[in-house]
Amino acid sequence: MAKSDSKKSLEDLGKKIVGDLGKGKNPEISIPVRALSNVVYDKKSKTLKLGDKMGSRSFFNVAHAKKFLQTVEVASILKKELLGSGKHEHLRGVFYMAKRTIPGTKVNIVDEQVESDKIIEDLEVITGLSREQLHVSANKMGSMVGNILLEDSGDLIDCSKLGKGGYSIPSIVDELDFKKVSAKYILYMEKAAIYERLNEDKFWQKNNCILVTSQGQTTRGIRRLLQRLSEEKNLPIYVLTDFDCWGFYIYSVVKYGSIALAHASERLTIPNVKFLGITADDIIKYDLKKHLIKLNDQDLSRMKQVSEYEWFKDNKDWQRQLKMMKEFGAKAEIQALSAKGISFISEKYLVEKIKNQDFLE
Amino acid sequence: MPKEEVTIAQELAKKQREISVSEFFTKNRHLLGFDSPVRALLMTIKEAVDNSLDACNEAKILPELKIEIKKLTEDRFRVMVEDNGPGIIKAQIPRIFAKLLYGSKFHRIRMSRGQQGIGISASVLYSQLTTGKASVILSKVAKNKPALYYELKIDTAKNEPQILKEEERDWNSKEHGTRIEIELEAKYQKGKQSVDEFLKGVAIVNPQATIHYVTPEGEKINYPRVTNDLPVEAKEIMPHPYGIEMGMLMKMLADSSARTLSGFLTSDFCRIGPGTAKEMCEKAGLSAEKKPSSLEHADVEKLFKAMQEVKVIAPPTDCLSPIGSSLLEKGLKKEVPADFYVTVTRSPVVYRGFPFQIEVGIAYGGELEKEGQVKLMRFANRVPLLYQQGACAITKAVQETNWKPYGLTQSGDNMPSGPAVIIVHMGSVWVPFTSEAKDAIASYDEIMKEMKLALQDAGRKLGIYIRKHVHAQEHQERLNLFAKYIPEVANALAELSGTKKDVIEQDLMKVLKKETPKMTAEVGVHGEE
Repeated sequence: MAKSDSKKSLEDLGKKIVGDLGKGKNPEISIPVRALSNVVYDKKSKTLKLGDKMGSRSFFNVAHAKKFLQTVEVASILKKELLGSGKHEHLRGVFYMAKRTIPGTKVNIVDEQVESDKIIEDLEVITGLSREQLHVSANKMGSMVGNILLEDSGDLIDCSKLGKGGYSIPSIVDELDFKKVSAKYILYMEKAAIYERLNEDKFWQKNNCILVTSQGQTTRGIRRLLQRLSEEKNLPIYVLTDFDCWGFYIYSVVKYGSIALAHASERLTIPNVKFLGITADDIIKYDLKKHLIKLNDQDLSRMKQVSEYEWFKDNKDWQRQLKMMKEFGAKAEIQALSAKGISFISEKYLVEKIKNQDFLE
Repeated sequence: MPKEEVTIAQELAKKQREISVSEFFTKNRHLLGFDSPVRALLMTIKEAVDNSLDACNEAKILPELKIEIKKLTEDRFRVMVEDNGPGIIKAQIPRIFAKLLYGSKFHRIRMSRGQQGIGISASVLYSQLTTGKASVILSKVAKNKPALYYELKIDTAKNEPQILKEEERDWNSKEHGTRIEIELEAKYQKGKQSVDEFLKGVAIVNPQATIHYVTPEGEKINYPRVTNDLPVEAKEIMPHPYGIEMGMLMKMLADSSARTLSGFLTSDFCRIGPGTAKEMCEKAGLSAEKKPSSLEHADVEKLFKAMQEVKVIAPPTDCLSPIGSSLLEKGLKKEVPADFYVTVTRSPVVYRGFPFQIEVGIAYGGELEKEGQVKLMRFANRVPLLYQQGACAITKAVQETNWKPYGLTQSGDNMPSGPAVIIVHMGSVWVPFTSEAKDAIASYDEIMKEMKLALQDAGRKLGIYIRKHVHAQEHQERLNLFAKYIPEVANALAELSGTKKDVIEQDLMKVLKKETPKMTAEVGVHGEE
């Protein structure tokens, strides 16, 4: 969608409100509810989708007024400052553009960045546009290295010649052009430390693949990049996380989507991604039981939540994993593999897992 | 038996005696509340003030206390407490002030402050151990009689008073009363567990007392009397069979003047008539005619068990002397500046054979700190409890009460937050403390239940007030915000839609007028998500 269309969507929103006002109506914005209660797991497409529950935000309502103001204020900033100029701005920058004190009061339009971040997500669902289309970007949090040649803003980048750090994945990846991809698969891991280990061991060179990492949760930029590589280049994607419920959830977000971004699932989910490890079976097979960490109360309550998510609930393999984790009473980090030798992960573990296609769906 | 052995045994016995009182005290300071210089000062003030208020109460005198703490050197203080009580007769003075654990030998129980301390003599001993000084007492019982002046120490070997000076003196400014001066190693500090805080608490729950207090810094603080009503005198009652312990029963049997077991049970306990006494004796397999002091240990155990098993009606509750909700409110009002006060006095109930009564007061708003947790003030038999808040039943009862419906914020089972002071007072003939230092009340189910009911009762009234006044005010403030929001919204909408700002602003003003009554009527604002 071109930026003029984005501009028009926001303009339509403004026109509708002004129209209501002209008729003497309390102006109202309808927004699909973005909470677990309105997130549906679509078994057919295997993605999380937003349900049809609608909430509304009206100005002349004591409880809604401030959010209504925030919504129109941020929308006008996006329209004028970003789309109007054709430039992109970070979530943080948008926050500072909106943060000011309303004259004659002690009230700030926004006090914290989470408020403007939420409003931007609201505007995505209101207009049906993605954050990228609204010219808002997020922090770069991921890196990529491997046998792939791409073009970014006119620069040709060979990801096999980027040293220790690799290519820094931008927040908006829609305009990247994949020139040449000789890699056979992508290995995505939540831990940057493991990525560094594998890069130092030249794992991607020896195994002809691409390594991608984030810091913890997978950002939208990374998810979109993985999706594009999966769809456009038909590359299998394997996910490597800690053996804990947070790791399992990271995998499920990449595969099925997340509750917070259910409205953007279509552009972000990768249904055929596979979970490589660490699994409970790996812990037994590679004798890692001595290197486990005891589950704490947080882990246990998260385990309960995760095991009840629909997309985990009906999956026997995953229920088995959760059950075994409960029996161990413990979790494991990917780094536990280092106990078997510094390059055990790159020379033995990953090689064996991939050769045997030992994955979880 | 060879002579030498006897000598050694005697020597040992002698040594044993000599170390007894002072050694015991020094080793057990912490149990008795003298474990730090800060606490020693507080304990001394507390014991003296408790004595004065109890004496005035018994003699039906409106108390007027003077308290002065003087700093002599960095770690040495001189404490003076003077009252207008009935004074103490000559024979009693040395024993009250210079004999540890001196008290009534009659096993009657009554709600009094005295139950809570080891007694003023502990402070006299502490003074003597830390400074070597004698304590000075001046007491006068009537206008036409001279005052008695004493300088006292405790003979630690015998636990007997040691009189260093005894003489008659003029004390013309006073009709009757007692003054004690004690010098001790101590430390003065302000804040939560200070003498200042203690006296403020005393003033709240004793609105009939006037207290003049001079701090070591020379600051004069006055707590004025706000009522001339004296607290109802608490009646003494005999113990209830469900409320005694083995050791106590043995002591009572030994001391009893009754000639038969049946007589002992009916005369030395409450709620036991001849029929119940007979049933107890039968159940224990003992003759009702047996002499009480002749019971063997095994017999006492049987009797004790039988006494717990036989059904006995609950003890009378007129042995309690509550502050009363209106006086508690007066006390609270004069010491805690707030907008709203609520006080609750529950009816007396019984735990383990001991009658008790819970009172609660809440002050809200005004000058009270808006941020952070509410301030909790704990009292037992009109005495503030300053230490061990975390271990106290009162604290648990407050935390386990859900304050959100009552307008205070609270996360989980924590102390609620908001501009409030919560007071909880437990009056009982026997307050169950968790330790000898008597800082925290033990969490018996019956006590916790009463406390929670009292807190809920007061909480409901607080909630009504907050909803009516505070929420209404916040609501109005938010309505006023619309006028300020309108130019902002108009500006943004003009940018979005391309319509002129003035037009949008006028439309918004029109709709505001139309919507205002609806919004004002909205009670209990509901959130969007």
